[in-house]
Parts: sequence; structure tokens; C-alpha cells
Amino acid sequence: MRYSGFRVIAEALTGHKGWKPVWRDPAPQAEYDFVIVGGGGHGLATAYYLAKEFGQARIAVIEKGYLGGGNVGRNTTIIRSNYLLDGNEPFYEFSLKLWEGLEQDFNYNAMVSQRGILNLIHTDAQRDAFTRRGNAMILNGADADLLDREQVRAMYPWLNFDNARFPIKGGLAQRRGGTVRHDAVAWGYARGADMRGVDLIQNCEVTGMRIEQGRIKGVETTRGFIGAKKVGVAVAGSSSKVMAHAGMRLPMESHVLQAFVSEGLKPLIDGVITFGAGHFYVSQSDKGGLVFGGDIDGYNSYAQRGNLPVIEDVAEGGMALMPAIGRARLLRTWGGIMDMSMDGSPIIDRTPVEGLYFNGGWCYGGFKATPASGWCFAHLMAKDEPHKVARAYRFDRFLKGLMIDEKGQGAQPNLH
Amino acid sequence: MIINHPILGPRDSQEFVYLGSAELMNRPDGMTTGVEAFHNWLYNRDNPAGEHRELWYHEQGDRSWLVVTRNTVTHEIRSVELARDVAKAMGRTK
Repeated sequence: MRYSGFRVIAEALTGHKGWKPVWRDPAPQAEYDFVIVGGGGHGLATAYYLAKEFGQARIAVIEKGYLGGGNVGRNTTIIRSNYLLDGNEPFYEFSLKLWEGLEQDFNYNAMVSQRGILNLIHTDAQRDAFTRRGNAMILNGADADLLDREQVRAMYPWLNFDNARFPIKGGLAQRRGGTVRHDAVAWGYARGADMRGVDLIQNCEVTGMRIEQGRIKGVETTRGFIGAKKVGVAVAGSSSKVMAHAGMRLPMESHVLQAFVSEGLKPLIDGVITFGAGHFYVSQSDKGGLVFGGDIDGYNSYAQRGNLPVIEDVAEGGMALMPAIGRARLLRTWGGIMDMSMDGSPIIDRTPVEGLYFNGGWCYGGFKATPASGWCFAHLMAKDEPHKVARAYRFDRFLKGLMIDEKGQGAQPNLH
Repeated sequence: MIINHPILGPRDSQEFVYLGSAELMNRPDGMTTGVEAFHNWLYNRDNPAGEHRELWYHEQGDRSWLVVTRNTVTHEIRSVELARDVAKAMGRTK
């Protein structure tokens, strides 16, 4: 069933009796060519592009809970491609271009809104660093605008420009950045994959992997054994758990990240703002709630909830940047489990097990990467070679000293 | 979270800095073991869902390193030891 304006009118005139479930609920078959473990944004996007762009048949996505119940439904919905390093920027710009055509591509309203993202500058050194980053973005075909203080003031006059410790001195804007209705991304990819014959199997947890003579044969699940020629794992915070079934230890730790939404307010922020002196970023949802977040809690966690000290820390960051929100009430907080890699960059790579592929280590930046991550993972699984924008996302970069260290803090673990 | 410090009693986890798995105490000798073993120690982690032995540093307290055994699913802390005692039990001098 394709969605269109005509369709909405026709259904409205006939009592909305024609809407059907958007995807099937199939039982797992005995064998598939491709099994994707993880029915979140990245897994569903992988299945969608495998079926659509790489013409593969017999694909299943298996998900331990329900589709889109993990981080794709828990993030702060921001998309952008404002990275510095060669290993990252072409990938994220590819992703942003896919976002721009996504809704037409999968015929689903994901509310992609290119409302712009603004990274604030508070020191001269930061202006130098952001100038360099903006130039790197432009070199890779992205857009970047370096703004002075008055240009920022014209956009957001109520920001705390004269904070004694962190005065605002300008900003780096990416006008093509913005926000997306995050759940709709999972639903749109799920529907698009299902329409192309992909089996989406929910409530099906991987409990083991069948590996014979160094080759994957399939996965043991709570709904029985499912044979597969190739298996791709895209399970974010559960990466270490799932890959342990293949005897692998990963260069990552699982941490909890919290996000927050205030009560609904009148329109105040029409873009995305990030504080350059603390870790705080904020946008406003179409319902009026301020959606914001900050740092991870900072200790290994598989609990999808955090603790109060980080809530206080994020609230302090918000108050330092925009004192006007001081009387707004916090409506909800929630947590998601991040697969924090040892250099802050992801992995899309083969594994020592033939036919087993891995996609993870997205830290707390996986949402914006969803389309490109799915595309590049599908490319890797279908063709057995990495996509050209994802070549640097290898397991062995830690062994070879080829870390993608975006923050410039030095290549070492425990950055997070 | 409240960490029950072996010397100072219950302390707020905010006074501590977290480092990661207590496996980090077992650094291989880089001169005798190969690069692979050292890489495995430095970058790879077990990252379990459940009981996890981990290092916390009491920066805003007595500056001691602690080995905390904590459940990463429930955040429940089962035991707290001085890292010094753990190292001595492993046969190290300090």
C-alpha cells in the first residue's frame, strides 16, 4: 500500500476502513541467505538496502523485543554531518544526503526537518578549531557557515551571551542539519523492507551462533535455529553480548546515556543548538517540548535508565546556556545503552568468522548515521568489500594505530 | 549509587572517577608478550551484562583505588575492596 495525499482523502471519505497492518508478522523459516540480528534503525536500514539496492532475496531481521524499541526510539533525533576527520566526514555527508531523499525513497513520512544545527563558540581557540572543521566539511561537499556573535544573536537573542565564564563568541552552523521523527525512521525502513519480502521476526533473541570450521551456519534463537549463509549483527549496546556467542571480545564498553524532554512550550528554538563549553544540546519538538541531552553516566551499564547526578549536570549546562528555561518543568527522562568504542568511532567490518559481519560502536551518535550505516553494511554483506565511505571503520585500526579520534584527545581508551 | 568504601564507609559515587574493568590491573609485560596480547589488554573488553569487577578512584576523598563488584544490569554493588589488597592477593608487591 503506497501512501499519498489522495489515499488519505479516499480513506477519510470511507471511514478509514482500508488501512492495513504495515508489515507482516511471519514465523522464522528454516534458512535465509541473510540474517540481520537487531531490528533497530541500523538493522532495518541494512535489510531495506540489501533488498532494494543490492537485489538480495531471502532476508530476515530478528529482534529480541519489538521493532525500533531500542536506541532508534530513544535518541534526541538530530541529524548532521559536521565532522572533521577523513575517516568520518564523507560517511556522515553520505548519510545526510540519504536523509534528504529518504521519505520519497521509502514512501513514508519521517518528518525530516532540515532546521539547521548551530555549534556555539566560546573561546578563540574554539573558533580556530571550528574554522578548521567547517573547512573540512566544505572540502567533503557538506555545508558550513562560521557565524560571528551578532549573527548568532540574531538567531537566538535569548542565549546567555555574557556569561562571565563562557561568553558566546560565535558559532558554526550547518543549515542542512536538523531533526527527524526517530520512530518513523524505524517504521519506514521496516515497512519498506517488508514490502520487498524481508521477514521481520520479533520476540526472537539470539542465544548462540552455529559456527563450523570457521564459517557461520546460522543462529540459535529463542524461536529455534535459523540457518543463514551470512549473518550481520547490528545490536548497538548489546554488541558485546551477541558477539561473545562467536567468541569475540570487542573494543567497546556499554554505557547508559540519558535524554530529556520538558513540558510543551511555545515556539522558542527553531533549530538545534549545542553548547560548546559544557555537554548540552537542545532542540524543540513539534509538540513544543524541549528535547535535550548531555553526557553518558560514565560507568558500564546495561540498565536502560540512568542516575540523578547526570540529570543535575545536564540541567546545569542548560541553565548556563539559556537561563530562560529555568522555570520549565522536566517532563520525562529515559536512558539507552550505547556501544562506546575505544576511539569514539564506529566499526562496520567483517569478523574472523567467515560470513559473520559486525556493525556497531556508534557511541552516542548512531541515529544520524542510520541510512549510511544500513547502506554500507548492506554493501559489505552483499559484495564482501567495504563501501568506499566506510573503509576506515575496521576492527584492526586499534592494532595498527589508525584510530579515528574525532575529539583530538589522543588515541586511547577510557575517553568516555 | 552509594559505594561502601572499606575505610571511609558509604560515599556518593559522584566523589569517584570511573576507569573501567578491573582486568586493567593485569597489564601484560609489553617486552615479553606480543603486540596482540597488549592490544587485547588495552582495547578489548569483556563488557558483561551482569556482575562486573571495575576500578573506581576516590578522587574527592582519600585518593584510593577501589575494586567494586557491581551488577551492570541493576547497578547493585555487591562488594568493594581496596585495589591495593586485590593486587597483593595476586602476588604483587603494591
